[in-house]
Amino acid sequence: MALDHGRYRRRRLRSTITVTLCWLAAALGITILGVILATLVYKGFAGLGLQVFTEMTPPPGSDGGLLNAIVGSLIMTVIGVIVGTPIGILAGTYMAEYGRYNKVSSVIRFINDILLSAPSIVTGLFVYEILVRPMGHFSAIAGAAALAILVIPTVVRTTENMLLLVPNTLREASSALGMPQSMVIRNVAYKAARAGMITGVLLAIARISGETAPLLFTSLNNQFWSTDVNAPIASLPVVIFQYALSPYEDWQRLAWAGALLITAAVLTLSILARWLGSSRTQQ
Amino acid sequence: MFRWLTQSSAYLVLIILGSIFLSLVAGGWIAFETFGFSFLTTEVWNPVTEQFGALAPIYGTIVTSIIAMLVAVPISIGIAVFLTELCPMALRRPIGVAIELLAGVPSIIYGIWGLFFFAPFIQRYVQPELISTFKGVPILETLFSGPPYGIGILTSSLILAMMILPFITAVCRDVFETVPPVLKEAAYGLGWTTREVVSNVVIPYTRVGIIGGVMLGLGRALGETMAVTFVIGNAHRISGSILAPGTTISATIANEFTEAVGDLYTSSLIALGLILFFITFVVLALARLMLMRIEKKAGT
Repeated sequence: MALDHGRYRRRRLRSTITVTLCWLAAALGITILGVILATLVYKGFAGLGLQVFTEMTPPPGSDGGLLNAIVGSLIMTVIGVIVGTPIGILAGTYMAEYGRYNKVSSVIRFINDILLSAPSIVTGLFVYEILVRPMGHFSAIAGAAALAILVIPTVVRTTENMLLLVPNTLREASSALGMPQSMVIRNVAYKAARAGMITGVLLAIARISGETAPLLFTSLNNQFWSTDVNAPIASLPVVIFQYALSPYEDWQRLAWAGALLITAAVLTLSILARWLGSSRTQQ
Repeated sequence: MFRWLTQSSAYLVLIILGSIFLSLVAGGWIAFETFGFSFLTTEVWNPVTEQFGALAPIYGTIVTSIIAMLVAVPISIGIAVFLTELCPMALRRPIGVAIELLAGVPSIIYGIWGLFFFAPFIQRYVQPELISTFKGVPILETLFSGPPYGIGILTSSLILAMMILPFITAVCRDVFETVPPVLKEAAYGLGWTTREVVSNVVIPYTRVGIIGGVMLGLGRALGETMAVTFVIGNAHRISGSILAPGTTISATIANEFTEAVGDLYTSSLIALGLILFFITFVVLALARLMLMRIEKKAGT
């Protein structure tokens, strides 16, 4: 039993150090999330009041709220989702159902994955070139178009993944009953994959509701009440950007209140999506 | 009919990417025509004399991304190892979800938090320490010189690191789970310690996937806009010190685009966008290729 105890102890020690560092890394990750959320709640609540939801964005030095920004964000998010979701679902359907084994689908999947993480400010520049410049002015439509382009890749990805999870026996059974393929997809595959597809849409909404960069030069901003989609419109992220960088303390307070609102909305959506996604897989 | 509809939507994805590329080339044309290749190699950025060079933003983009990767990669791998090997089963899901939520926080939130909380914190507690510690050490002295502004290259890099950490962690965790348990069991059976199993079995087996995840994080870091815009200081110059303010491609576009007067100014900013798009495209494409390779391996 000539065990080399010194060497064994050294190996154990090195392992313990590594394991401890991994614990610390995880603790650090959670601490960062905790600190960000704590700061948001602490600073955001100070500016949060009823007037945030009932009054317009103010000039510096006077009272006001974020109503027009909240409404502007909602309008553009809704249009963006309404435009982007069907395209995403249809494209995902093609890749999972019709073109499952062909080359084009893998090229589209590859490009889609790149679009998924491409810088969103580039999307803003693109929409500026194709919409804002020809129209001659910034508008809510341009902002919504930029958001729609961001919705598509997220929805394509989840739709395809969820449809691939639908067992083939289901499709075969309904084909055997004489259903054409388009009906099989719509009545059988979509039904089976519904929860997962909704998860994708929720994740897409969560993603675009915090987006700022593509809105800076598409929808610009608007200090006043506007629901005209052909005119510049305010949005929460852009107002936060503008107010946080301003030297006025009441503007900064409103920026924090807006930041708290957006984060609460985005995190609620992602938790909802995750919960929906996990309840689907447990069935 | 339905098939045709789905097919054209799928092709639309390709068309979008193609037209983004073409529209940026068209928009940046005047700048490329005016400055030629020197657009990439000059540091001057002067809207008054209409002299534009992209070197400072390109430098800032690359330096902030590299520092962010140096900080984020080891921590991400540590968290992924923790989640797959060490964490008690009951805590695995909540901690995993917490890390994923970090990815969901919008980048403007990192920006405002960085400006009002993190930058003052760095300015007060970290930068003075760095400056006094490295005083007299060659190279490091220049790297950490100048007054502690709070905002600047270093602060932006650290915030970028926090933002990309969840993405790298998620990929690493997924690829670590592709390691066949029998390999790890055999290694433990030989009496190996946890550290030895991780560094001799898990990491070599998943190396390609880890690199893919790292590249994915790098792609995000290069293109990140709002958080950086808040804390980088937006100064068009290249400084030897990482405490100094600088700028990145995306921060320059975000800050100056609506104020740009004249075709040449706008065009130069769009040309910057094209450069950014090109760099991130290459990085993300490589990331995807590597991740596809590990997926294939997991499938067989």
